[in-house]
Amino acid sequence: MTDLLTLTNVHTHIGRYHILHGVDFAIPEHQTTMLLGRNGAGKTTTLRTIMGLWAASSGQITLAGQRIEAMATPDIARLGIGYVPESMAVFSDLTVKENLVLAARDGPLDDNRLEWIFGFFPALKRFWLSRAGGLSGGQKQMLSIARAIVEPRKLLLIDEPTKGLAPAIIGALIECFAEIKRSGVTILLVEQNFHVAQRIGDAVLVMDNGRIVHRGAMAALAEDTLLQERLLGLSLEAHQ
Amino acid sequence: MTELVALDPLPKPKRDILPLLLPLILAVVMLPLIGSPSSWMTLTVASLAMGMMIFIMASGLTLVFGLMDVLNFGHGAFISVGAYVATLVLLPLATWVQADSLLTNLAVLAPAAILAMGVSGALGLIVERVLILPVYGQHLKQILMTTGGLIVAEQALYALWGPQIIPLPLPTSLRGSFIFGDIAIAKYRLLAMLVGLAVFLAIQITLNRSKIGLLIRAGVENREMVEALGYRIRRLFLGVFMVGSALAGLGGTMWALYREQVHASMGNELTVMIFIVIIIGGLGSIGGCFIGALLVAMVANYGGFLVPKLALVSNILLMVVILMWRPRGLYAVTNR
Ligand SMILES: Nc1ncnc2c1ncn2[C@@H]1O[C@H](COP(=O)(O)OP(=O)(O)OP(=O)(O)O)[C@@H](O)[C@H]1O
Ligand SMILES: [Mg+2]
Repeated sequence: MTDLLTLTNVHTHIGRYHILHGVDFAIPEHQTTMLLGRNGAGKTTTLRTIMGLWAASSGQITLAGQRIEAMATPDIARLGIGYVPESMAVFSDLTVKENLVLAARDGPLDDNRLEWIFGFFPALKRFWLSRAGGLSGGQKQMLSIARAIVEPRKLLLIDEPTKGLAPAIIGALIECFAEIKRSGVTILLVEQNFHVAQRIGDAVLVMDNGRIVHRGAMAALAEDTLLQERLLGLSLEAHQ
Repeated sequence: MTELVALDPLPKPKRDILPLLLPLILAVVMLPLIGSPSSWMTLTVASLAMGMMIFIMASGLTLVFGLMDVLNFGHGAFISVGAYVATLVLLPLATWVQADSLLTNLAVLAPAAILAMGVSGALGLIVERVLILPVYGQHLKQILMTTGGLIVAEQALYALWGPQIIPLPLPTSLRGSFIFGDIAIAKYRLLAMLVGLAVFLAIQITLNRSKIGLLIRAGVENREMVEALGYRIRRLFLGVFMVGSALAGLGGTMWALYREQVHASMGNELTVMIFIVIIIGGLGSIGGCFIGALLVAMVANYGGFLVPKLALVSNILLMVVILMWRPRGLYAVTNR
């Protein structure tokens, strides 16, 4: 199994704060890897560093054999990464359609692919010409995910998609991620809710204080409650 | 499974039209205060014409700030340069300007305006690459750099054409007024209104109907996300900066003809007013800039007529009132 994305000893500073202290991991191709860790562990910073939204101060980031840590964000995105940020960042002044038109960088919207997306998220079809700013939180999350997959991408970086959403919507998202993975996409997904994480993940990384403190199979961690307790503590319970 | 979600009610998208009504309300309220309908009509037309010219000068600046958070205090330089370039074309061709034929007048006016836009736009390219590129994200340095740029441009104009005011007569066929009963509408003001409206519509159509326009609107809201979608926003910004500079050059040309004079510090003198307009409108909002320009012009004209002593502070007063009502301007589009 080859690795699509590798981080080697990545350090990131935000202003004068040292946030990532040598992050090391590899994301195997065609799998879903969960990135867990308590609040402030550095998960979002890790995704932003991969996207080039924060500059890595040292270390290497490799995507499909190509070094990307010094590249500009648009060039990194053009290598085939879709990004769903923690804030969702839908363009609220644009309609649902316009959000997706922009996300389809390489040409007009593909009808078949749109139908595939509407299959997961019928609400997007319903509100196709509505301002995205008027959507509910869950619908914005769907739009943000749809934007990342509106064209085929190699790798998706998804930051806490289920945060604050109702169980029914979370169920829809879980199905959607499974389907995306079946289509051959590699996913790196930040998730605080362990129940959700164990339903989605093949592999798992746990972060603390800007370092990876555990890496392994999701199934193994799911069975080992002691290890869960040690790595994730009470912070995950609080999210359930 | 997602039916539940699909049936979530969506709040009716409400268009925020209150700001749109402001100029209308102001005009109606002024009618009894001013008394004479023909004076009111003259002042209103003057306001509309002046507002459109200010809008043309300010529109680029609001997008430049909205899109890249760049504070360009040197925008006035493009106004002055545009006006001088047009003057350089119009003065030697005085016989065409003075000919009593609309076609002949336009045959020299149009190239003058286009050349003014071209030179201002090209200057915009240089300014963006040389002065602004090195100071992205650093407001204080942007202010220093662009203010410095404005001073250099102003001094260069002084050095080349001297400190004196250069008279710039209006083309003959644009002088005078159309008379309807006892109402007179100055021809040049009508032209200014038409050009301003055309520019406004062109910008609106671009922003709403083209992919580049969508990118600009999206970038004003969240430029990081636009980059994360794979678009090189710096290039987009350079384009916007150049178009904004060219429009300032067009506005400067129109303003100079309106005042029938040019001088080296005209851009500098207009800068404060333009900043007031884009702050009133909400930084980054073209619609807001349009309404803000109209309001500033109306307050200047009506105010100047009713209470001339207030003329100096009327803009500031207007800004204070609007910001007390809406602290981020009429239309808040950026999340900054
Ligand atoms: N813009 C910033 N400026 C300064 N410090 C920051 C900034 N963004 C994040 N940090 C700090 O970096 C650390 C890691 O933050 P990060 O957002 O990556 O954590 P996280 O694991 O995503 O947490 P959460 O689960 O709350 O989203 C935190 O201590 C945070 O305070
Ligand atoms: Mg986070």
